[in-house]
Amino acid sequence: MSDWRYVFGQNRATLLAFIFFVVMFAIYASNHPAGFSANVVQTAANKGVLLALVAMAQTFVVITAGIDLSVGGVFVLTNCLASWIVIGTAPAAALGVAGVLLTGLACGALNGLIVIVGRLQPIVTTIATAAIFYGLALILRPTPGGDVYGPLADAFTGRVFAVLPASLMSLGAVVVVVWIPYARSEVGRAAYAVGSSEQAAYMSGAPVARAKFVAYVLSGLAASLGGLFLTFVTYSGEASAATGGSYTLYSIAAVVLGGVSLYGGSGSAIGAIFGALMFRTIGDLLFVFNLDPLWQPLFQGLVLLAAVSLGAARLFQVRNRLELMP
Amino acid sequence: MEGVSKRYGGVRALENASLAIGAGRIHAILGENGAGKSTLIKILSGVVRPDAGHIALDDAEVAFDSPAAAIRAGIVCIFQELSLVPDLSVADNIAISNPPLRFGLIDRQAQRRIAEAALERAGATDIHPMALIKDLPLSRRQMVEIAKALARKPRILILDEATSALTAADVAKVFVVLKRLREEGLALLYISHRMHEIAELADECTVFRNGSNVATYRAGTKSDGEVVEMMIGRELSHVFPQKPPPREETGPPLLEVTRLGWSDRLRDISFHARAGEIVGLGGLDGQGQRELLLALFGVLRGVSGEIRVAGRAVSPSSPHAAKSLGVGMALIPEDRKTEGLMLPMSVSENLSFAALERVTRGGVIDRAHEAKLVAKMIELLAIRTASPDVQAGALSGGNQQKVVIAKWLMAEPRIILLNDPTRGIDVATKQEIYQLLRRLADSGAAIVFYTTDYAELIGCCDRALVLYDGAIRRELVGDEITERALISSALNIGDGPNGEGRRP
Repeated sequence: MSDWRYVFGQNRATLLAFIFFVVMFAIYASNHPAGFSANVVQTAANKGVLLALVAMAQTFVVITAGIDLSVGGVFVLTNCLASWIVIGTAPAAALGVAGVLLTGLACGALNGLIVIVGRLQPIVTTIATAAIFYGLALILRPTPGGDVYGPLADAFTGRVFAVLPASLMSLGAVVVVVWIPYARSEVGRAAYAVGSSEQAAYMSGAPVARAKFVAYVLSGLAASLGGLFLTFVTYSGEASAATGGSYTLYSIAAVVLGGVSLYGGSGSAIGAIFGALMFRTIGDLLFVFNLDPLWQPLFQGLVLLAAVSLGAARLFQVRNRLELMP
Repeated sequence: MEGVSKRYGGVRALENASLAIGAGRIHAILGENGAGKSTLIKILSGVVRPDAGHIALDDAEVAFDSPAAAIRAGIVCIFQELSLVPDLSVADNIAISNPPLRFGLIDRQAQRRIAEAALERAGATDIHPMALIKDLPLSRRQMVEIAKALARKPRILILDEATSALTAADVAKVFVVLKRLREEGLALLYISHRMHEIAELADECTVFRNGSNVATYRAGTKSDGEVVEMMIGRELSHVFPQKPPPREETGPPLLEVTRLGWSDRLRDISFHARAGEIVGLGGLDGQGQRELLLALFGVLRGVSGEIRVAGRAVSPSSPHAAKSLGVGMALIPEDRKTEGLMLPMSVSENLSFAALERVTRGGVIDRAHEAKLVAKMIELLAIRTASPDVQAGALSGGNQQKVVIAKWLMAEPRIILLNDPTRGIDVATKQEIYQLLRRLADSGAAIVFYTTDYAELIGCCDRALVLYDGAIRRELVGDEITERALISSALNIGDGPNGEGRRP
């Protein structure tokens, strides 16, 4: 059927990210000293899911042709907050989780309001709010510490049926509950339209402002899920500037590797998730081949550059040079 | 609509315009550049708000504050500049403003059915609903645009040059659709510069001039000649410098273009411009004039044909190459705010920017030399600025335009290309620019001057080339450049007394 040709063509970037990840992970697992075991997968999954959630947060905003440099800030802030409030009894911890996620939503809403109502550029807005979020995190946790409700953390970082990593299962659940309905909703469609051509979206009567706002709010939510999960993994909260900064940068790398266009309008969070898992695997590959870990940033940079170059190949076909300058 | 007016700054775009459209009718709008056609459409479709006047729909007054509001009221516009989202599929675009929902999510099957039905209604069943807009050629996109408008079940459908990119077969299909819509009781507003299309479709025609409706008549009751007569008649208030007598032709012309082509936007363009000559480019907006200037200036890739400068073949690959010593071209761009000036930088920095190599010694800008040249230019063009260090953005529109021109004069070009340089500036500055152009020509430059103002073609140019659909439709020399000749060739009709000699 010719329909399949279009389905394939429009999901090619996501599919490629998936294939690259599978190949890389297969190489990694088969060379791992412990072999392809549930344990290896679980450890890799817990690390990968953290970046995957932050990359998903980035995707929401990048699709609207914006950029969110505060995802790392929200990630760190919600980590510190969770280390205070997701503790004690089960009902108290549940309330705490709700509080953490509401905080993420609020952070996203703040970004959205500034960008839409204040008409500031996303990049400046989110640099400023990232500093604010990090500042709040420092107030919450001047030094690393805190705790988390153990049974919950173990449930999310452990294994289901003794083989499947719970972290991957919950990531899948987030995709099914948040991403897929969003991508198929009217406001999600409008987000793609805004990123592709804001003028055309406006002239077509699409809800431009609402689409942008929802994108930032969901970005905050996904980043706070990441922060919550970080607390489950580390059993503590830490206001680390290095963590916030590197997760922000890596989220952009993951989004690009996952086939989401930084110009906006195309790509999917599923691609970004595989991009994130791929980015993590690149680092781990060096480990199994006994290469010096000092090579890791250099190697990651080269892979990223190669991926971005592939994506930019179409620019050689542009016939009006003014169109190369957005 | 009645008594509608709109001003942009000091420019009146629409002045006390009135228009009535009835259900089951096709109403054509005619008018030359700047007659107010596009402003009229923008007001009807909710893109801009009128300063004064009323719009009534079924006798009830309405006011739209966004395109979405106009669409809800049943007014749908097919824009000349397509309003499709390139990264979404055909079906997504057709259903964009009101997608079918099921459990709060977009129902893709239903959307697919809507898109297929709309494409069929538009006679474009060859387009796959799942194809991405960016992968479709322009003519197919325009069909999608029409299908998208139909899917919105409009009561009033506005078509703004909606057939400009279509093939003849598509136009025929679209006409069948439009006639059927008329029978179904829609009101259609049809804006086109193709007279034969209007003759085939329209029930009534309204002619716009200088922002007002000047005449409404039943289709077929006026000849092409009479229509042109109604479009003419704006006051020529500018004073133009005396044109010199034609010079003797010696040696190769400074600029010679042979069979230039680019994509499907420029076709087989041949002309020349001699030193001392001002050659005007005319025609309706968007017939390839801008692309022609960009092609000469090295901005476009894949230009075919030959460009000769003083007899030597050149093929500039960038504006930097085009301004180099051997070529010596300058392009005064259309939009001074984005392409002409760096608004936050000073007047002085802007002025010397295109000629930096002339004030640079060993890679360092010689400030004293720069200041001297800048002062000379400010004096030469009488740029009114408190100091050369004022931000360019702080000057008035006319003075900004003078800075753009002066900036290129500092590079001492031999060939000067101008893209509508007097748009939106005051009359006094316009006249200074006319005199400057004539002085530059007299001192040996060849000038190619695109303008949307017919008065400037008549008053300023030694020869005028009228473009239509990417090709030169007609060349007018000296006294042949009249408003009647310009308008009729811009509309691609003959200029005989009764509109005889129309070409297909």
